Amino acid sequence: MFRIRFHGRGGQGMKTASRILGTAFFKAGYEVQDAPRYGAERRGAPIFAYVRADKSAINERGIISHPNLVVIADDTLVGMPAAGVTLGVDAHTVLLINSHESGSTWRQRLNIDAVILTLAAREDTEDRATLPFIGSRCAAAAAALTEVISRDVLVEALCEELGHLSEDIVAQNRNIALGEFDDMARHAGLVKQSGLPSASEYVKPDWIELPFENAEISNLAIHAGVTSVEVRTGLWRTMRPVINYENCSGCAWICSTYCPDGAINVRTDGYRRSITNIARVAWSVSLNVHPMRSSRFQNTSPVLRKPEKRYDA
Amino acid sequence: MTRRLLTGNSAAAWGARLARVDYIPAFPITPQTEIIEDLAAWIDRGEMEARLVTLESEHSMITAAGAAASSGVRAFTATSSQGLLYGMEMVYTVAGWRTPFVMVNVSRGLASPITLESDHNDIMAARDSGFLQIHCATCQEIVDSILIAYRLAEHPDVRMPAIVNLDGFYLSFTREPVDLANASKAQAFVGEYDPENLQFRGNSPLSQAMAVLGGGPYSYFRYEAHLAVQQALTVYEEISDEFDDIFGRRYDMIDCYHMDDAEYVFVMLGSFSTKARDAVDSLRAAGWKTGLLRPRLFRPFPRQRIRQLLQGRRAVGVIDQNISMGMGGVLHSEFATALYGLKDAPLLGSYIGGLGGRDINQQEFFAMADELKHAYDSGELLPPRLLYTQKELTEMRKLQAIAQAEHAEIHQT
Repeated sequence: MFRIRFHGRGGQGMKTASRILGTAFFKAGYEVQDAPRYGAERRGAPIFAYVRADKSAINERGIISHPNLVVIADDTLVGMPAAGVTLGVDAHTVLLINSHESGSTWRQRLNIDAVILTLAAREDTEDRATLPFIGSRCAAAAAALTEVISRDVLVEALCEELGHLSEDIVAQNRNIALGEFDDMARHAGLVKQSGLPSASEYVKPDWIELPFENAEISNLAIHAGVTSVEVRTGLWRTMRPVINYENCSGCAWICSTYCPDGAINVRTDGYRRSITNIARVAWSVSLNVHPMRSSRFQNTSPVLRKPEKRYDA
Repeated sequence: MTRRLLTGNSAAAWGARLARVDYIPAFPITPQTEIIEDLAAWIDRGEMEARLVTLESEHSMITAAGAAASSGVRAFTATSSQGLLYGMEMVYTVAGWRTPFVMVNVSRGLASPITLESDHNDIMAARDSGFLQIHCATCQEIVDSILIAYRLAEHPDVRMPAIVNLDGFYLSFTREPVDLANASKAQAFVGEYDPENLQFRGNSPLSQAMAVLGGGPYSYFRYEAHLAVQQALTVYEEISDEFDDIFGRRYDMIDCYHMDDAEYVFVMLGSFSTKARDAVDSLRAAGWKTGLLRPRLFRPFPRQRIRQLLQGRRAVGVIDQNISMGMGGVLHSEFATALYGLKDAPLLGSYIGGLGGRDINQQEFFAMADELKHAYDSGELLPPRLLYTQKELTEMRKLQAIAQAEHAEIHQT
């Protein structure tokens, strides 16, 4: 069975990539299973999708824990434990990374035994994660690496999966995908299939008896605020907001109302605010363009106040 | 045969379309929403003749489905998890109306803590309602089960609503090859809905007597509903035979895999059971006589058939993707009840796993088989096991360390 995972960020088309590849396998006579995992369900947040393909019916389900191929559309995900990019990667896995850096650099950096390839850069783009049609590229590269999907089948699958888009967009995807397919053709067959784990020799699960712990430990208490420091919920940040102090009128409440909870604090001088934990907060509002700078608010005179303490000892 | 790749949710929508449903009361909830989105798109494009209405809650939605079926139209609806619980008052109520319709439940774990991922505690909460329950393991089975469910629900000997259950994510968002039944063949199989004496009409308002005084009449109606659900066992066999004749796909009330000579048996519901198929294959390759028994029909519960199938086996591991607090696995309890007093009954082990989408990997199946064998060889009782690894607990401890750090900080201020 072929077991292939696509990793990217929400919006990069990883679900579409998995569908193009899934449909291509299906058209090439394979039994197929493909599925996305939406993760945080936000644009920019880590997402992955997977494809299984086999000549006989597929019983395996869920996340692929021993992939033959891992395609990574955005190399900033590699160092992010929560993205799980390297889950189950071993010497039999091929890693395909969309990166400026070479495969050997990644091999050293990750200290893993896998074969690491990179997607060829055709455009002088500073941030390769924003390359257009990256989903189609990833699908095409994966198809070429398996060697069992022809050019024609790939195009057929791509047109079927993108059929709801305009002809022009489909044509552009098709051209870029075929370019990628031809480029990867020199590695055709690099990705191999793997079988089922053996029941005669296997590593026993490290099962434990879960100990009883009283409610003080085992209830669902979350005490707000500080989790944003300790838990990096901002994995999907794609823009970093800054305060433009020249535009700050010292009202102390409009920005804090419209920004994520806890992002804006009043400074000790009482007038200016600082952004705390901002690197970890999902946010796309630029404070330079104040969303509430409208006439409706011109005549209000908000009372300067410190944010209320949310809890007391 | 034209097979195509469909998600479980699309397969469910196709089931409703092929059954030519007339009325679809709807309310969105992850991971079910795609079902009603597909149906809405078809109706909008004129590809499907039906009326879809979004209601303000699952409570209203299930009421509307029951009321529509009472007025003589074929109704379909779908929900999941918290939505099913929110509508639970009406789940029990409409079953008492004896109105046949089909509701798809896309299984998802229950709060608290809240999760989007799959387990069976939601569907187990509807266990005692009177709804028939068919549990699916593949996307193909979803389309086919909806057709079968209408036949079963509308059968004059049964006339009860039915739930077709599929697992969130593992089926709902997963594409698999599906052979869609030919529309006219499907129509011929499902037939016309005969509402018999269900005569709600907008133009002739009548009261459907819903209240009773005293335990005698109450018990009568409740017992009759129970007997009707039990009738579905016999009726199911006829319908599944007919389905097989027409479409060439066999859906026994219990799906058996390598059961002929199996000494050790896994028992599971739903899509995770296909993982157990792989495990059975691998264990057989290693010389173990293992098998899989998967009830498709969960209500009515095929007790006699289970006794026949499990008599003389060495040991059975029931794997529950649900947990009844203070008791354990629901399926395990039901199997223990079914096997009680049976001569040569197998040892019965209880495993709880797959809660909130937690994987059950092949090594865990192998280790379960190992434990079952050990229990049989040693004659020692198998204590119930909550599947959990040291690694999972370590990850949990990291999260707790954060929570505790906060706790400490709060108490300082």
